[in-house]
Amino acid sequence: MKSAVIVFPGSNCDRDMAVAIEKVTGVKPTMVWHQEYDFDPVDFIALPGGFSYGDYLRCGAMSARSHIMGEVAKRAKAGVPTLGVCNGFQVLAEAGLLPGALMRNAGLKFVCRDVSLKVVNADTRFTSGYDGGQEITVPVAHHDGNYFADSDTISALEDGGQVAFRYTEDINGSCNGIAGVTNKAGNILGMMPHPERMVDPALGGFDGIHDGRALFESVLAGIG
Amino acid sequence: MLEQEITPEIVKEHGLSAQEYQRILGALGRAPNMTELGIYSVMWSEHCSYKSSKIHLKKLPTERPWVICGPGENAGIIDIEDGQALIFKMESHNHPSYIEPYQGAATGVGGILRDVFTMGARPIANMNALRFGAPEHAKTRHLLAGVVEGVGGYGNCVGVPTVGGETNFDESYNGNILVNAMNVGLADANKIFYSAAAGVGNPVVYVGSKTGRDGIHGATMASAEFTEDSEEKRPTVQVGDPFTEKLLIEACLELMDTDAIIAIQDMGAAGLTSSSVEMASKGGVGFLLDLDKVPQREENMLPYEMCLSESQERMLMVLKPGHEAEAEAIFRKWELDFAVIGEITDSGHLELQFGGEIVGDMPINSLVDDAPEYDRPHVPTPKRQAVEVAAPDDINQAILDLIGGPHLCSRRWIWEQYDHMVMADTIQRPGGDAAVVRIHGTEKAIAISTDVTPRYCYADPFEGGKQAVAETWRNVTAVGALPLAITNCLNFGNPERPEIMGQLVGCLQGISEACEALDYPVISGNVSLYNETNGTAILPTPAIGGVGLMKDSSKMATVPFKRDGDVIILLGETKGELGVSLYQKQILGLDEGCPPSIDLTTERRNGDFVRALIENGQVDTCHDLSDGGLIAALADMAISGKMGAVITVGDLIPLHAVLFGEDQARYLLAVDASLAETVINEAMDAGIPVAKLGTVGGDKITVNDGVVNIALDDLTKAHEGWMPNYMTAE
Repeated sequence: MKSAVIVFPGSNCDRDMAVAIEKVTGVKPTMVWHQEYDFDPVDFIALPGGFSYGDYLRCGAMSARSHIMGEVAKRAKAGVPTLGVCNGFQVLAEAGLLPGALMRNAGLKFVCRDVSLKVVNADTRFTSGYDGGQEITVPVAHHDGNYFADSDTISALEDGGQVAFRYTEDINGSCNGIAGVTNKAGNILGMMPHPERMVDPALGGFDGIHDGRALFESVLAGIG
Repeated sequence: MLEQEITPEIVKEHGLSAQEYQRILGALGRAPNMTELGIYSVMWSEHCSYKSSKIHLKKLPTERPWVICGPGENAGIIDIEDGQALIFKMESHNHPSYIEPYQGAATGVGGILRDVFTMGARPIANMNALRFGAPEHAKTRHLLAGVVEGVGGYGNCVGVPTVGGETNFDESYNGNILVNAMNVGLADANKIFYSAAAGVGNPVVYVGSKTGRDGIHGATMASAEFTEDSEEKRPTVQVGDPFTEKLLIEACLELMDTDAIIAIQDMGAAGLTSSSVEMASKGGVGFLLDLDKVPQREENMLPYEMCLSESQERMLMVLKPGHEAEAEAIFRKWELDFAVIGEITDSGHLELQFGGEIVGDMPINSLVDDAPEYDRPHVPTPKRQAVEVAAPDDINQAILDLIGGPHLCSRRWIWEQYDHMVMADTIQRPGGDAAVVRIHGTEKAIAISTDVTPRYCYADPFEGGKQAVAETWRNVTAVGALPLAITNCLNFGNPERPEIMGQLVGCLQGISEACEALDYPVISGNVSLYNETNGTAILPTPAIGGVGLMKDSSKMATVPFKRDGDVIILLGETKGELGVSLYQKQILGLDEGCPPSIDLTTERRNGDFVRALIENGQVDTCHDLSDGGLIAALADMAISGKMGAVITVGDLIPLHAVLFGEDQARYLLAVDASLAETVINEAMDAGIPVAKLGTVGGDKITVNDGVVNIALDDLTKAHEGWMPNYMTAE
């Protein structure tokens, strides 16, 4: 499986994402600098976490309007599985590739800790390796993860199976506790928690949980 | 401004004494102009010149075979084998953080990051040591919130995990908080960059952010006491831009992969001035700088302002001739300023050109080597008498109050605001004895701990200095790592007062003795004096940042209890030392008697024994004993492991002294029942006092058949609750 990790100025989970992808797929992803918009075709695109453009203006706003996002949008709309984690989710939302917006955490503070997530829809390109309703532990690390959309949009997301992950407790004030959503076609996923930080047993806390791994395995299985 | 006459008032405003001004006249053979006076004032400030501490710092042990570079460079360097090196340092940002907590703390983190990556290292871990005033003081909540947000705001954005630290409260910091930031970086041992400039005619290059008027005279501010009008100094606090810092890290590391750099230095305190002077001084050369070429953020900046600005995220480099274009392309890619602003000369002078004229011309050696050096009078802290320390009225309540009080409560509220996992190598998160960060792509890991017990240092500077070093050594040992070296941040009051100078001298003697005995050299550090407000000094606070190496990180020990039925074993001798203990301070409200004594031979023997147990795989659950004594360690292990404990302690010593005594060189272990006898026998064979206290299990902490009997739920609520409750209270 060929993967690309898009790197913006200020991305800082790009290496973590690359390490995780390589660990699961066995293939080193291509690191694509935001000015290299003609990157080779890949089976999977990942937008990593970080503070692209320093979060200035709004989180993800500047990256969303960068030239390379035009290319990412084109490929994502053509069906390439595309994952945005944390700042990557913010970029996808700002780019209009996913519905909703990420606002400042309800508690107004940056929050970095393990959270428990429920796999709401295990029938997507990114979640087929999980059981529906399964609870997993994955860390969050964000200041602006409060997912918001109007009530019609939220209903449509819930009814359409677009809610992939939900927090089991209130972390940041997100509508319906939404932690991750897909587009209608199900090939674009944005999520605030960091699955790439949970593919290595040495990082799984004291009990060896490594629940981010299945997400990458799902993508890999879908590529075949 | 250039033509302004230098009056005694102007000299005084620059923090220079009349004698020091005479020294400048002697060095120049004429009167300085304003720009030159400003430059002398920062270069000779306490912050830059270490004029009060230098003669004592020289006595610290700084060498061991694994030390690649000791004090004197931007940071210290140790060898961790396999061609790899660790570069680290701790630095204070106390005064700015009191005036403007968010930016003060943020730029403190930014500054220490630059000290580390300027030497060729990728920063891999941030740590800190924070001291605030009494919780009930009107400003404490605001300062704590702002500092924590600033530390997080910078580190989170840069993408370097903040993996741990320490936070304490004491009324002596009411008007003068301490923010000490530490960074550890990883470099190839054969690819380290130093600051000594070389090669007459070689270009001097400025990269990073533009220069503004912020932070002018920050170094001078950091070298004076606070008074009520210190709030007016807010404009001298720098403003940080962690996004630019992130770009600067990546650009510098990318350039370091080429063969273009001769010397590189960050612009820290006193900005352009101190960086160019230090580079020239180390290389024995002169610098000619054309100030018109300095990238400027504001219009009509004067030479005085450009030279003294402490605008953040800037670096100065000397490039090999012909490599300018290659270097410029890298910095342009990262959208950073790049400007050749001067060249190396053989004049031995710092020459400043502006508008086609020379506006400053000073011998480099006069700025550095001729800086004043004082052997200030010092009187030792009087020895105290030992005292009896009374038992509490209700021991269960005393335990709950301590574990659920400001000094021992969980710091989760703080570290959950720090991204402590980015870079995906944090294998022991905050809350343990030491933070453990894996060396990327290997099984090796480093352990880091910051410690000092200021109330001990106040009562007995020598023992307190020893204890600070020993405690980091013990914390690094308790996770299974071999302690290798320390950095320090020496925070004291006004050195012109002999009793304060006596504290500094006493602590340094203690630090020296401990470093020597533990083979734990000082490789970098920072001195912050004049930590006083309206004549009241802080407690002497020589913060120590210790670093150790673990070859097989899968053997790492952690604090939480893990298995029902594990045997709880106490290693080390318990005499019940309660003088200057946390119990005495918090529960009895007293500060009397002598701090615990530190026997460094015992410390080493006990620690080496524990480390071997961990390395051999016999022990995976370990906690050092420090503030709050045995009961505090036991509570930590139980709360974090969500398992209770039943223990029995003898009655030779009063129970409160056994539980709260802060005797040193002790560790609490929870050992698999099948291995317990072996561990106990090995300890006895090694001559180490050892006691089998009880077993892990249940939902309570029980001591001596119920004399102490506390539900784990209650203890956990108290422990986790204090800080969030405090921070949300009005």
